[in-house]
Amino acid sequence: MSLVNSSAGGVLEPILERYSRNPRHLMQILRETQERLDFIPKWAVDYLAEALALARTQVQAVIDFYAFFYDSPRGKYRILFSDNVTDRMQGNTALLSRMLSRLGLTQGQVSGDGLVSIDTTSCTGMCDQGPALLVNNYPVTRLSSQRIDQICELVKSQTPLVEWPSEFFHVEDNIHRKDVLLSTEMVNGQALKHAIELGPQGMLAEMKASNFRGRGGAGFTTGVKWEACRNAPGQTRYVICNADEGEPGTFKDRVLLASFAERVFEGMTIAGYVIGASKGLVYLRAEYRYMLEKLQAKLEARRKTKLLGKDILGQKGFDFDIEIHMGAGAYVCGEETALIESLEGKPGRPRIRPPFPVTHGYLGQPTVVNNVETLAKATLIAQNGGAWYKGLGTKLSTGTKLLSISGDCNSPGIYEYPFGVRITQILEDCGARNAMAVQVGGAAGTCLARHEFGRKIAFEDVSTSGALMVFGDNRDMFEVARNFMHFFKHESCGFCTPCRVGTTLMCNLMDKIANGKGTGYEMNELSRLHQLLKTASHCGLGQSAGRPIYDTLQKFRPSYDRRLKQKDFEPAFDLDASLAPAREIMDRDDMDAHLGTDL
Amino acid sequence: MNLEDTFIIDGTPIPFEPSQTVLQAALKAGVFIPHLCFYPGLRPNGSCKLCTVIINGRHTSACTALARSGIEVENNTPELNDKRRLMLQMLFVEGNHFCPGCEKSGNCQLQALAYELEMMTPHFSHFFPSRKIDASHPEAFLDMNRCIACGLCVQASCEVDKKNIFALSGRGMASHIVINTPSGKLGDSSFALSDKAANVCPVGAILPKRHGFALPIGQRLYDTLPISSQTEFLTTRKA
Repeated sequence: MSLVNSSAGGVLEPILERYSRNPRHLMQILRETQERLDFIPKWAVDYLAEALALARTQVQAVIDFYAFFYDSPRGKYRILFSDNVTDRMQGNTALLSRMLSRLGLTQGQVSGDGLVSIDTTSCTGMCDQGPALLVNNYPVTRLSSQRIDQICELVKSQTPLVEWPSEFFHVEDNIHRKDVLLSTEMVNGQALKHAIELGPQGMLAEMKASNFRGRGGAGFTTGVKWEACRNAPGQTRYVICNADEGEPGTFKDRVLLASFAERVFEGMTIAGYVIGASKGLVYLRAEYRYMLEKLQAKLEARRKTKLLGKDILGQKGFDFDIEIHMGAGAYVCGEETALIESLEGKPGRPRIRPPFPVTHGYLGQPTVVNNVETLAKATLIAQNGGAWYKGLGTKLSTGTKLLSISGDCNSPGIYEYPFGVRITQILEDCGARNAMAVQVGGAAGTCLARHEFGRKIAFEDVSTSGALMVFGDNRDMFEVARNFMHFFKHESCGFCTPCRVGTTLMCNLMDKIANGKGTGYEMNELSRLHQLLKTASHCGLGQSAGRPIYDTLQKFRPSYDRRLKQKDFEPAFDLDASLAPAREIMDRDDMDAHLGTDL
Repeated sequence: MNLEDTFIIDGTPIPFEPSQTVLQAALKAGVFIPHLCFYPGLRPNGSCKLCTVIINGRHTSACTALARSGIEVENNTPELNDKRRLMLQMLFVEGNHFCPGCEKSGNCQLQALAYELEMMTPHFSHFFPSRKIDASHPEAFLDMNRCIACGLCVQASCEVDKKNIFALSGRGMASHIVINTPSGKLGDSSFALSDKAANVCPVGAILPKRHGFALPIGQRLYDTLPISSQTEFLTTRKA
């Protein structure tokens, strides 16, 4: 007992101290614990619960909720293949099989010697350089058969990750079109100085004059949000940067944080100045763990140059600092109230709204939650003024939008366009010659068919948080929708009935159709469930979960129809499959041991 | 009746008091809105979604929407009841609910709603999940097969009993109740049958031991009167 306790203390005490034994930092404490121990053993749960004065169930609930926390050993090397539809199109399925057979494993299994486990995970944001995988939360990009074989050898020889070839972990920016944000130079502190010259009210007026709308997807006017937060009663105010970029096909925030982080931090500081906050929090998705140290070094440099900390730029009483909080694998935390729950050290279940975060956010205080791109662009408005910004883009959608383009095109990567750009223009620029469909806004977005390519990217037409996946005319849109549906099932938080059960039911129906057992009946069921999820789900995840199916059913019906049986109904119960245990007992798998498929 | 203090449900004016929700005001006025995860005196949870209504054209949960004067609420409509039936079917296939052999039959809110909304079949194929029974406590069973993850026991134990025995863990379909003891067993907790948490479960997930069918099925709470006719009980019940 004392031995366990002393070793437990040896590992956990420095971590606890680093986070001041603050239960709000539970996620960070668990992450660091797992980085030390490869998983979070029961003794660590007990120790942490006691040290943080939490119920052990709360610690357990957090571990259970997030995909990247493990309460049992998952190997010294934990390999997760990104399984977005773009990874599939780049051949990740064959590469996964190759690795499994080379290491003699099945998916999800931990090797007998406890060395390695291999599984899949939701989109890791490397769609422009996939197929990709994560090993112990660090991304390996541009996978090929050769690279897979090399990884297998490195694992077998138990080579530490730091000794793996650095090119494995190289992440490109792939910026192909720059507009005002990506091409305007900024000296650190320049935008902030402008904002301070304007004063909080003046800066707010510029934001409102720009008619700038949030880039996270919902498109709420940022100036109005800041003003509401500034005017809300409360003791403390917070600025949160939502860098939980989990929408499949989106990777613009990855590039902004990798190469334009100063703008993001400066935008947060300006927001803090305007609303009167002294603390900013960045919620960084677990898949971007590899950026953490670099970002922290940047924050440290900003503190040294008085761009963060006390009396920023000599302004008496203007105190602001930024803290980075890592997520742990939960798409739903992109929803702002789930994100706040997660920041508070809890499972990321969306709150009941109203009240909204601008009045009751982080720790119950007025909070502004903005997307990474939104905050970066606030610096442009500080630099050049609201009137200038308003002149860009369209009347209802001012300014520019970063698009993360992937799929069937010659130059996947980041493209910055003024709002109002047509899909045809985008497809031409990225070299997509035989596009049959584009999925705009990720899995929860809109699927456009060829006849809609004249439409424009704008809040008033095709709204998007930034993903644009291109599908060539050889692609199967049914499989695209099925991939997205499985994504939503995996990411549903389980709080409300329609989403928790409905996403599974819809997956079952799609799988039944994929297995050649679908009929017109399943098609009706899919529509009926989509209508329920859309209207009765608690948050945006459930409300949009059926959208990819709904869109592809409308626009790519033949991809469903060719799989359907010409019958009204086919039972869900599969008699032949249910005889599998009997076949196994009899050690038979010949034709006579199977029922005909058309019974 | 002062029109300032009323709102409309399906054409009927409903009086309300400040800070009342649409569900509370409706039940008080004798208008039934189906619900599972709401219990008088506890904070609305908003998770079961059975109380989904349409307020001024927008779908919302009646248990979390504040009553405001003049709002128009659609409640007892074929469209909404069809959706509620669908959600009941989801709850039935997600867990293992065997009404004929369940001690809660007749007192079960899930079953009562299924009768109320004329749910004739579970419609979907059953998931038949493998869930555990915890019989470690001397006075009570915890049968996870029937749990609908409404969270009422969690809240009652934490906020009323001040024992914090239950918590909701897991994600998605793997969401489940866990017990705050080192063993994870209810028997090692300070749980007692007199706890609020022991008496708020809308289904038969928490049941007392050695009390089997004292009142015959057929004479129980929802056997005698449909749940929609018991709005007074639903607002005044105290565990």
